[in-house]
Amino acid sequence: MSANSASDLPQVSDRLAKNAMRHVSERLIESVLFAAAAVSVLTTIGIVYVLVTESIHFFQNVSIVEFLTDTQWTPLFDDAHYGIMVLISGTLVSSGVALAVAIPMGTIIAIYLSEFANPKVREVAKPVLELLGGIPTIVFGYFALLIVTPLLQKIFPELPGFSLLSAGLVMGIMIVPYIASLSEDAMRAVPMSMREGSYAMGATKLYTAIHVVVPAAVSGLAASYILGISRAVGETMILAVAAGMQPNLTWNPMEPAATITSYIVQVALGDLPHGSIGYQTIFAAGLTLLLITLLFNILGQWLRRRFREAY
Amino acid sequence: MQTHDKPQLKAEARNLNFYYGEAKALKNINMPIYDKKVTALIGPSGCGKSTYLRSFNRMHDLYPGNRYEGEIRFYPDNTNLLSPEVDPIEVRMRVGMVFQKPNPFPKTIYENVAYGLRVRGESNKRILDEKVEQALRGAAIWEEVKDRLQDLAPNLSGGQQQRLCIARALATDPELLLFDEPTSALDPIATGAIEELVHELKKRVTILIVTHNMQQAARVSDYTAYMYLGEMIEFGKTDEIFIKPNDKRTEDYITGRMG
Repeated sequence: MSANSASDLPQVSDRLAKNAMRHVSERLIESVLFAAAAVSVLTTIGIVYVLVTESIHFFQNVSIVEFLTDTQWTPLFDDAHYGIMVLISGTLVSSGVALAVAIPMGTIIAIYLSEFANPKVREVAKPVLELLGGIPTIVFGYFALLIVTPLLQKIFPELPGFSLLSAGLVMGIMIVPYIASLSEDAMRAVPMSMREGSYAMGATKLYTAIHVVVPAAVSGLAASYILGISRAVGETMILAVAAGMQPNLTWNPMEPAATITSYIVQVALGDLPHGSIGYQTIFAAGLTLLLITLLFNILGQWLRRRFREAY
Repeated sequence: MQTHDKPQLKAEARNLNFYYGEAKALKNINMPIYDKKVTALIGPSGCGKSTYLRSFNRMHDLYPGNRYEGEIRFYPDNTNLLSPEVDPIEVRMRVGMVFQKPNPFPKTIYENVAYGLRVRGESNKRILDEKVEQALRGAAIWEEVKDRLQDLAPNLSGGQQQRLCIARALATDPELLLFDEPTSALDPIATGAIEELVHELKKRVTILIVTHNMQQAARVSDYTAYMYLGEMIEFGKTDEIFIKPNDKRTEDYITGRMG
């Protein structure tokens, strides 16, 4: 039987060799995956680095107090003022208008699709709705400028040709599909057994949707709203086209105003000398935008944890 | 004149057929449900016992393509629960249900129990408080939760959640209470608590319970029905069914030779 046991030996080492090969390929795959993940993380770090270093140069020339409290934004004039509140007000007002449209509409559409629409309607309606999210924002911008503004002027004759209201409304329409689609996913993820529990108590569909499904899906709904807010705050083209680009400290949506993003696009298209203070304002404005988005994200995460419902 | 000790009817299935689309799931079922008694439905998986149970509160109406034939008569008013003229919501107002897996709503303990009352338009705080306490006492969970009524219900243990779901169903004083394998997701101790509760509840309400567990059927029920492949094979007093079943198929099932 010695021949037999001798022939066993190479088999064992074969298997070991295979294991070693597998080990190498596992490691290889792991590093490829890690590299892919690292690219996006490094990009983010790089962006933050550039924004912060350039902004530091900016804040060596302009004090933070002036940046936050000045009521004018005229960095390219001889009498330069650097009051970021001017741009923040435009950003917040246009985002507010957009969200006032997108959150209720998106939520209602989601409730309809998830709780009321029959499967055939849903199969058609949802992709069509998502298609709306694929329209380039420049198209939305001209839609606001050439169609929505004239319509609004019939209702409000004093409305100027450029306004935060018109841009905000169209921005809201643009955001609806994101909110509706994500909210619908969240509501459909609520187990059927929970709805049945409510129906078995004699509740109607609408009562069940409002009192059981929406509360159960609230963390998903919050996530969709946060995404909507980020889209609104960061949206550029619609505002650049339809809201006018003059810096204007206002909380009135009927006025034209520049936002952080539309200011950046306006200045970046001009021919500012590299390293000038005007050039650096882009980065200070960009950093402000990043911080606003970050703030909303943190708020959203906190809300999600606070209201997360186990089921 | 001799009076029968036979209890009153609460409901009665008459020539009941049920279809999931084309598939016939219940075949010509005739069966009485006696008032203030526990009736157990047993049978192997897929025999139609849950389908039958869910006909009593028209749960099948929630999904398209389902169809009933025949009647479920509900007493004392002799309503046909399955009639298209009868609003399923009206039926569910009278027939409560407890599900296989505890399904508390993502609300507080208090709001879970008050849910059915709020659905019925009750908003008087004093009445709600009273009914919630009554229901929680009725479901033998009051002592455990009375100091934390404002905690979220999904944080309770599985057994507590199931008793909460029973309290939720009790709060609206149903005439018939349906239990769909209420202990299949619970440990033996929690199961024992639910069984004891079922025993207690039959003083107040008629109970129809689906169970996979034959010991459970023997322990909690007064009447037992054995179902197989969508048919009602045998119905009778639980003692008789378990001691000397008439049908060979029933005997095979309860002695563990099949199913």
